Amino acid sequence: MNRRPVEERLRDFNEVATGLSKESAVLEAKRCMGCPKPLCVDGCPVSIDIPGFINAIAEEDFRKASRIVKADNMLPAICGRVCPQEAQCQGTCILGKKGKPVRIGDLERFVADWERENGVEAPETAPTTGKHVAIVGSGPAGITAASECLRAGHEVTIFESLHEAGGVLTYGIPAFRMPKGIVKFEIDQVLALGAELKLNHIVGRSVAVDELLAYDAVFIGTGAGLPYFMGIEGENYGGVYSANEFLTRVNLMHADKFPEYDTPIIRGSRVAVVGGGNVAMDSARVARRLGAKVYLIYRRREDDLPARAEEIENAVQEGVEFVCCANPTKILGGPEVQGIECNRMDMCELDESGRPIPRPCTGVDSTFTLDVDVVIEAIGQGPNPLLAGLIPDLKRGRRGNIEVDEDGRTSIPHVFAGGDIATGAATVIWAMGSAKKAAASINKMLSEN
Amino acid sequence: MYKIVKRDQIADNIFEYWINAPHVTKNGCAGQFVVIRIDEHGERIPLTISGIRGDDVRIVFMAVGKTTQQLAALQEGESIQDIAGPLGTPSEVKKWGRCAVIGGGVGIACLPILARELREAGNEVTGIIGARNEGLLLLEDELRNACDELVICTDDGSKGHHGFPADILKEKVAAKELDAVWIIGPAIMMKITSMATLNTGIKTFVSLNPIMVDGTGMCGSCRVTIGGETKFACVDGPEFDAHQVDWDELMNRQRTYTGQEKESLEHYHEHKCRCGDH
Ligand SMILES: Cc1cc2nc3c(=O)[nH]c(=O)nc-3n(C[C@H](O)[C@H](O)[C@H](O)COP(=O)(O)OP(=O)(O)OC[C@H]3O[C@@H](n4cnc5c(N)ncnc54)[C@H](O)[C@@H]3O)c2cc1C
Ligand SMILES: Cc1cc2nc3c(=O)[nH]c(=O)nc-3n(C[C@H](O)[C@H](O)[C@H](O)COP(=O)(O)OP(=O)(O)OC[C@H]3O[C@@H](n4cnc5c(N)ncnc54)[C@H](O)[C@@H]3O)c2cc1C
Ligand code: SF4
Ligand code: SF4
Ligand code: FES
Repeated sequence: MNRRPVEERLRDFNEVATGLSKESAVLEAKRCMGCPKPLCVDGCPVSIDIPGFINAIAEEDFRKASRIVKADNMLPAICGRVCPQEAQCQGTCILGKKGKPVRIGDLERFVADWERENGVEAPETAPTTGKHVAIVGSGPAGITAASECLRAGHEVTIFESLHEAGGVLTYGIPAFRMPKGIVKFEIDQVLALGAELKLNHIVGRSVAVDELLAYDAVFIGTGAGLPYFMGIEGENYGGVYSANEFLTRVNLMHADKFPEYDTPIIRGSRVAVVGGGNVAMDSARVARRLGAKVYLIYRRREDDLPARAEEIENAVQEGVEFVCCANPTKILGGPEVQGIECNRMDMCELDESGRPIPRPCTGVDSTFTLDVDVVIEAIGQGPNPLLAGLIPDLKRGRRGNIEVDEDGRTSIPHVFAGGDIATGAATVIWAMGSAKKAAASINKMLSEN
Repeated sequence: MYKIVKRDQIADNIFEYWINAPHVTKNGCAGQFVVIRIDEHGERIPLTISGIRGDDVRIVFMAVGKTTQQLAALQEGESIQDIAGPLGTPSEVKKWGRCAVIGGGVGIACLPILARELREAGNEVTGIIGARNEGLLLLEDELRNACDELVICTDDGSKGHHGFPADILKEKVAAKELDAVWIIGPAIMMKITSMATLNTGIKTFVSLNPIMVDGTGMCGSCRVTIGGETKFACVDGPEFDAHQVDWDELMNRQRTYTGQEKESLEHYHEHKCRCGDH
């Protein structure tokens, strides 16, 4: 992917990756061998007909390519940008076995961007059924479920507790990776099918549980928005943020433009980000754009970082300093942050996922401190407990996630769930895939009674 | 957009607004709050639900900084962009026996709805309110109606008892006249007042006011330490057992943005001067 030069992109929040030109997209599409048993499709959680849409690009029939993608994925401009392709479609592409896989994500993005610029085709919808579906949460899961239920002819009301729709796409993933105009555009397309969107509505509070359960069917897509904290000393000093808070202040509230926008943020001259996933990379790169020197503290090795490969490269280019095999033990200062104390980690035997288990080193030189004034914790999020905890008969797993079967059914017959609230923090496309299954079950149930 | 259906100034620098928000009034009760955002550039700020009448929710606020001053400058009939709620866990209203509801400053505004709910649940309710001076007292008549007894205090003696609500509370505690107490006001006032019930077995609630962003449990900005454990005030609270609160930490965290708050206010006044009062 082509990227804007580092000096330029550190000065703004505009998109880093510039996308493929028509010529390079067609050229890239021609690399695909159109495998009769395409392995790439097995890697895609929503099983897009990848060779089909790529072939249409090679033939320069972009409208057709767009129709093929959209048959399985209503939010292609988003997935093309943020899917961890190396672990999904591109990870299984046959060409990747010997050389470079086809750049499926970039091609998907190209098609979606082309469609946005050349006019969108509204999908067909069935005649109205008179059935009413409540969707809780407007993240990728909620939006996908809404779209599927609308196309089946049901009336749909989406409840969202924040003042903007989009879930993590809006408040979490920064604009330089996921431009907010594109999120809005893709969501608006779904809303245009006739959904009613109720912002500022917290289900469980604004809408009581019995009011919710009175709908013909309910889909819960409330996400994994509960930030975890490390539980170390000094964690509540001023200047310690959860990644969710730090990113929300910037992405949703525009604290980067303070005081033009009212929400403040501590910019920090030296920032420590703890964690190694997408959330940590995003926090580190936002902190760089706010002008800080940034350390990213990760307990395993650089090779084990779970973030998308492209974002790790971007973070390195943008000058984020990786401090690997280290784990914070204490935040220094009070009442403001003055530093962070870390323990070096040894990599020991492998765990079930095949990654080494980190254990604290002992002895001299096993600890060190970094002089920082802001700490951002990006060590994971749990299922949003509020609503799930208020519904009496809803079965939940050990971590508080809503338990669902393969078809997105919960323990209550007309209640369905999908996305991070069911799976735990996962990916956009997994959230969409599970929401789609749940919506199919909803549509089946509503057509039967 | 949510319309301001009624606007009044009810004390020095303190305003009472009724805002049309059926989604808030439908299930809102004592102890809960809303988060408002005035416009596209606005901050999300929490304000307690101070009353409910039909589809309208009452908020009472003191114009202290950028957002509350801008809010105070709006007129009846104008609208704000967002109001989310009701948020937080409702007050623990049940039959306690004899209750005291104590308010300091703008915190007094939270009491009428609470007092009414407590009385409906069969409690005998004493209201004790305090302010620096007479000009800062509010909702006196309404509270007198909502409580069985109302005691007024002013720091300077300009009205009622010359002194603090804590003095009255101490007397009632000594006379063994109480089973449960609510204290709502500035952190320092809640900290000091709640000392009167320490080790008395009287259940004592305070309503904490840390800095919030979403108000839905998603960011952790509002985290407070209660009995050594981290809690999110916006979902686990805002009411907690007074004697378990780490007050110093709360007050330190409230000061996190002092510099920026000043800057924001200056920017607001400068900007207002430049484009005139439109
Ligand atoms: C910073 C960050 C970066 C990420 N980067 C990537 C990436 O690069 N690639 C990738 O594939 N994935 C990424 N992810 C993960 C991905 O964003 C999530 O897996 C996905 O958003 C989950 O979708 P969802 O719809 O289940 O939940 P969410 O997106 O969390 O949406 C849930 C929505 O429900 C609302 N809600 C919650 N409770 C209620 C209630 N009671 N009433 C009303 N509304 C409610 C919330 O406000 C929210 O808007 C990232 C996540 C984060 C936080
Ligand atoms: C649950 C809760 C209920 C509240 N109820 C009321 C009420 O009924 N009436 C009332 O007048 N005030 C109430 N407050 C306090 C009110 O939210 C702040 O006064 C308001 O945010 C100030 O904003 P500002 O921009 O005008 O002032 P600023 O200059 O920004 O700040 C002034 C003071 O308000 C605090 N503050 C600033 N921003 C926030 C924020 N986002 N969240 C919380 N506190 C903040 C600061 O610590 C500072 O002490 C409540 C706070 C909480 C947490
Ligand atoms: S949705 Fe994601 S995984 Fe599927 S083809 Fe597109 S980029 Fe690949
Ligand atoms: S596996 Fe690779 S080469 Fe084969 S169809 Fe899929 S993208 Fe094309
Ligand atoms: S205000 Fe964000 S979690 Fe409470």
